[in-house]
Amino acid sequence: MKALLIGATRGMGRSLARLMVERGDQLFLLGRDESALEVTAADLTARGASGSVGTAFCDLESRSGFEAALDAAWAGLEGVDTVVVTAGLFGTQESLEADAVLRQRVLSVDFANTVEFCEQVRMRLLADGGGTLCVFSSVAGDRARKKVVLYGAAKAGLSSYLEGVDLRYREAGLRTVLIKPGFVRTSMTAALDEPPFAVGPDEAARGALRAIDRGASVAYVPPVWRLVMLIIRSLPTWVLRRTDF
Amino acid sequence: MTVEGQRGALSGWGRHPVVVARHRRSENLEAITRGATLSRGLGRSYGDASLPGTIDGTLAVTTAADRFCWFDAERGVVRAEAGVSLATLNRVFWPRGWSVPSSPGTQQVTLGGMVAADVHGKSHHSEGCFGEHVRSVRMRVADERILEVSEDEQPELFRATLGGMGLTGHLLEVEFQLRPMPSGWVLAESQGYGDLESTVEALRSAGSEWPHTLAWIDLLAGGSAFGRGVVERGRRADPGEAPSRLPAPRFPPAIPFVFPLISGTTMRLANIARYWSRRLYRRGIVHPDAFFYPLDVVGWLNRLYPRAGFTQYQVVLPTSAGVEGCRRVLDIMVQRGAVPLLCVLKDFGGEGKGMLSFPKAGLSIAVDLPITDRTQVAVDAMNDFVAGVGGRVYLAKDTLTRPEHFRAMEPRLSAWQAVRRRWDPEARIRSALSVRLFGDPI
Repeated sequence: MKALLIGATRGMGRSLARLMVERGDQLFLLGRDESALEVTAADLTARGASGSVGTAFCDLESRSGFEAALDAAWAGLEGVDTVVVTAGLFGTQESLEADAVLRQRVLSVDFANTVEFCEQVRMRLLADGGGTLCVFSSVAGDRARKKVVLYGAAKAGLSSYLEGVDLRYREAGLRTVLIKPGFVRTSMTAALDEPPFAVGPDEAARGALRAIDRGASVAYVPPVWRLVMLIIRSLPTWVLRRTDF
Repeated sequence: MTVEGQRGALSGWGRHPVVVARHRRSENLEAITRGATLSRGLGRSYGDASLPGTIDGTLAVTTAADRFCWFDAERGVVRAEAGVSLATLNRVFWPRGWSVPSSPGTQQVTLGGMVAADVHGKSHHSEGCFGEHVRSVRMRVADERILEVSEDEQPELFRATLGGMGLTGHLLEVEFQLRPMPSGWVLAESQGYGDLESTVEALRSAGSEWPHTLAWIDLLAGGSAFGRGVVERGRRADPGEAPSRLPAPRFPPAIPFVFPLISGTTMRLANIARYWSRRLYRRGIVHPDAFFYPLDVVGWLNRLYPRAGFTQYQVVLPTSAGVEGCRRVLDIMVQRGAVPLLCVLKDFGGEGKGMLSFPKAGLSIAVDLPITDRTQVAVDAMNDFVAGVGGRVYLAKDTLTRPEHFRAMEPRLSAWQAVRRRWDPEARIRSALSVRLFGDPI
């Protein structure tokens, strides 16, 4: 597998990159912190990466850089068959309500700019005859809840977009894999209270990699969240108005 | 970058004591150690060594900082962040023919913890403590500076840090030497011996031939059978005698909640079953996890221990104390009403370079004890004896030792404290253990 990852310097992306390296996949990393990219590439090399791990700067907050970053990745790997997007921004509902700048950033990065990034990837993969596009959305996009109104809205849009790409392009050879993590213990969630079924990033990444290998169009990690969200989606609105999660 | 903290109940592996503490976890170790009271890894020390010493102190939890910096495949030297676990090191390096020396009985420990406790294992008589293989560490000292510390740079601080229980600074990175291994598998032998004398004798003589040895003792057998045990000895298998495939990684199931199956009664039965099933000589190729990591047979094994928690009383008696010393310690324990659940003996090689490292030449005794209203009295009485014969306790396991006993056991303490004071005059970095034993302010 020749995989391009954006967001692999931390959290689930970091864990996923390690799993891929352990089994001999070739990787190229994109990210917005060049020193973190360098350290991550060194980590993957020490863990036995086959060949060198290439890196290039790419910030989901700045669309103008997407093309050059993707060019670098396609050149570095001599063609890409799998693209994984784990990058994203998070803010608690309170912080997003209070801070218009942060709100704008989260909505742009998690929805509009990720979609634009995926569109450019889609065109490249289709031009190469197909491939896999795996995007990490969130269970927060499945149903609106008081605690994740804005973040959830962005993720809902992202999930819907990827579902649409699957409908439209799977036959042409583009496999989209939509990962919906539940609560995963990463630095993004370090300040939040842990709900039941919380897992570490390694376990979440193992689930995501299985989904990528199978070409599943949607995967919840851990899988129990499929059931949890089925229940939450079926709750009547008045129940969600009265609960606080 | 600021990292928000979280408050929560924390304990060591023995689940006693439990304290509510602020802790923060991030991939960015430099950020979370800034201003932190103490670093904590996977929390496998049994007592209060990984708990903060102050009410408003903040713990830096290192487990998310788990990157390798580099690996030199020619020399077998690796450098990694302090939060990398031994389980990760084994998974990454065993398939490439390298092993981590001086591996303790669980792989759920971090590199930082392995340095801080200067851990030892079944191989202590042949390869010493982990610290003997550490070349250099990067650490944040109390005045917030970040330093590279080794035998060449700040050698005093280096030696005070090996076995220094994390009290000399926050470990950020560790560079150490791996050991080449002929195969991933282990050739192991085990044999039972009918009393304490013959078990200890068999353990000692096994050490001259085998790099990994350990004796397990059935303390619940009475009379002349008291101290009967099984000696385990092993070495890495040669390629010719081992299967050609690599040992498959194991993911044992975890105990999901506290379920106190282990008690004096069940352990009496388990010890009898264990002794009788392993009494006869056995030899064979075994999975390395089964041989090296008995504590990882299930995840969260500690949840099977009694609800009030437990401690492990581990002491080393100098060779001069003989088997008689060992018998005395065990006698005192039983007389004072402590209920030994599990007992392991290990013969140690010499003292390492860590100023406060636990091992020294002699016999190590480790006993799991449930926390009851008699445990403190039993530990005090045993410590009286151990201090008298020149032995000492292992701080990574300790929960109940009193400061006067520790001072009596540890002639090296004042030298270590002098180094610590030089780097941290106000004891800004401190733990519940250092408050209990070294007189740090709460």
